[in-house]
Amino acid sequence: MPAGLRRRFTWQSATEYGIQAVLFGCALLSVLTTLTIMGVLFSESWAFFQHVSLTEFLGDTEWTPDLEQKQYGVWPLVFGTMQITFLSGLIGLPVGLLAAIYLSEYAAPQTRRVLKPVLELLAGIPTVVYGYFALRFLTPYVIKPVFEGLLGLNVDGFNALSGGIVVGIMIMPMVCSLSEDVLRAVPQSLREAGYALGSTKFDVSVKIVVPSALSGIFASFLLALARGVGETMAVSIAAGQQPTLTLNPLSQIQTMTSFVVNVMKGDVEVGSMLEKSIYAVALMLFLITLLMNLVSQIVLRRYREVYQ
Amino acid sequence: MSQSHDAYRRELARRRRLVWAFEWLCRSAAWGSLAVLVVFLGAIVYEAWGWVELGFLFRPNHDEARQAGMMGAIWGSIWLIGISTLLSVPVGIGAAVYLEEYARPGWFTRQIQLNISNLAGVPSVVYGILGFTVFVRCFGAFDRPQKLSLSLGFVEIPFQLPFGAVVLSGAGTLTLLSLPTIIIAAQEALRAVPASLRHASYALGATKWQTIWHQVLPAATPGILTGVILAMSRTLGETAPLAVLGAASYVSFAPGNIRGISDLASHPEKLLAAPFDKFTAMPLQVYTWIDAPNPEIQEHVAAAGIVVLLVFLILMNSVAIVIRNRFQQKIRW
Repeated sequence: MPAGLRRRFTWQSATEYGIQAVLFGCALLSVLTTLTIMGVLFSESWAFFQHVSLTEFLGDTEWTPDLEQKQYGVWPLVFGTMQITFLSGLIGLPVGLLAAIYLSEYAAPQTRRVLKPVLELLAGIPTVVYGYFALRFLTPYVIKPVFEGLLGLNVDGFNALSGGIVVGIMIMPMVCSLSEDVLRAVPQSLREAGYALGSTKFDVSVKIVVPSALSGIFASFLLALARGVGETMAVSIAAGQQPTLTLNPLSQIQTMTSFVVNVMKGDVEVGSMLEKSIYAVALMLFLITLLMNLVSQIVLRRYREVYQ
Repeated sequence: MSQSHDAYRRELARRRRLVWAFEWLCRSAAWGSLAVLVVFLGAIVYEAWGWVELGFLFRPNHDEARQAGMMGAIWGSIWLIGISTLLSVPVGIGAAVYLEEYARPGWFTRQIQLNISNLAGVPSVVYGILGFTVFVRCFGAFDRPQKLSLSLGFVEIPFQLPFGAVVLSGAGTLTLLSLPTIIIAAQEALRAVPASLRHASYALGATKWQTIWHQVLPAATPGILTGVILAMSRTLGETAPLAVLGAASYVSFAPGNIRGISDLASHPEKLLAAPFDKFTAMPLQVYTWIDAPNPEIQEHVAAAGIVVLLVFLILMNSVAIVIRNRFQQKIRW
């Protein structure tokens, strides 16, 4: 081999490798972040479970770590979170999907150009603002008149319903834009085949396009629900701070996220059980949302492979 | 014969009604979002009417509703966003460049990619707890706070270890929080740069890094910039992580106690002390007001704070939109 073609050490190639190494470090930082999150949560939760048995954590039905009589049953917080997630899903998922069908199947390009930024704006509003809206507007002017005035039910000033509704509004744009992407990825030929067989637009949308995109829609639902599980400020402002094991959406509750914020915004004694309990709750929150995110990522990837 | 014809017509009418009803259902779902947005903003502007004035922006906060102000919160947010942008943008773009330009497709790259998407889905409270443990408490490595000072020859900057809930801790937390979003946005912008551009550069003898630095990154800049600004506006509205850090909502002055440009001219060292000072931020201030015992603050001052916050967000978003439109017209591949 002629000497000129052999790879020689030059400053140029050294710089190239150096830069590549730095960039690799940047990418690795994300892995480091995940590891630190897991390390912190697991180690501090470990300290918590030295004092509280797992059977108490998952078997007891009272959560009172800040009272004299301490009980560490996590179910009231889990129920609170599930209530908010369920209510928000009840609103956000169907409305988001219908809006996505409208944008992908019905809307003219000009309409899309107007609606898309509106949805982006709705998704970009900070969650404290949603909380304010729920507490100051939804509860006194919508929920109280309907449920207390018309149906004669007792409505708390803080209630799960108002929190659930605003979280639903918050996740709706997310469902809409993710679902729209998967709906648009359905090949045009499927729609045309439907029309050729005499289907109406309704038939094509509901019986062909949506079923073909079902796994992608499912993934978008899961991603949005995970967002609802992790939603913090709106819920802690609107839904209250009382851990109660209830299914009544008109009463005050506390979610896992609002427990964390409520304790941390005050001064927590370092090393106290109250502080440790936060890590245990956060670990649970992290694992639940991680699971939901992972499943939806995998489903979405499969879906993309089918149509591309 | 005619009977089956009638049945067919009835069926056809039913199907037409279904088509019509479904289209309206979808249409109202989509336009309903606009209606919600209007009601939403209307209610807030109504509550804030007469409370947002110039003084409100330039006053430190006060317990008295009519004297409450946002000056400290606005400066706190500016410091937070400024520092976290300085930290997250280079790292985020670096990670995106690595993943798009260097990484070979394979198991490891897929894991990093999956990890970034998962990080984007981690609830922001969890980032708050991460920041609290890593920055505010420094893993509990110190028994009691140690007062230290950084000597730069011409000025001494006092700080303590563990850091406590200072600007730097908040900015660090927000950096970790916004990184995944920035990486994903930058990746999309890089992917939109056509391969022919890279090939042309290689054909002229440029190295990989020269190609990236002189061709790919400039071409992707508008896309990256749009993504970065949108991510920043998200970060600006983040409340939960700051509340978890224990950022002090009673702080009413700007970080470093900077009172204005003339103050800065006579005491330039305040600029260096600010990152180690306690802070509050706009969304956090709003949260405190919503929680306040005084009903006037709860309703009107909180709404006024929200209006100011939203104006900042809209400004940032419009900058992003202007950049997007401007460059979309210029560049055609």
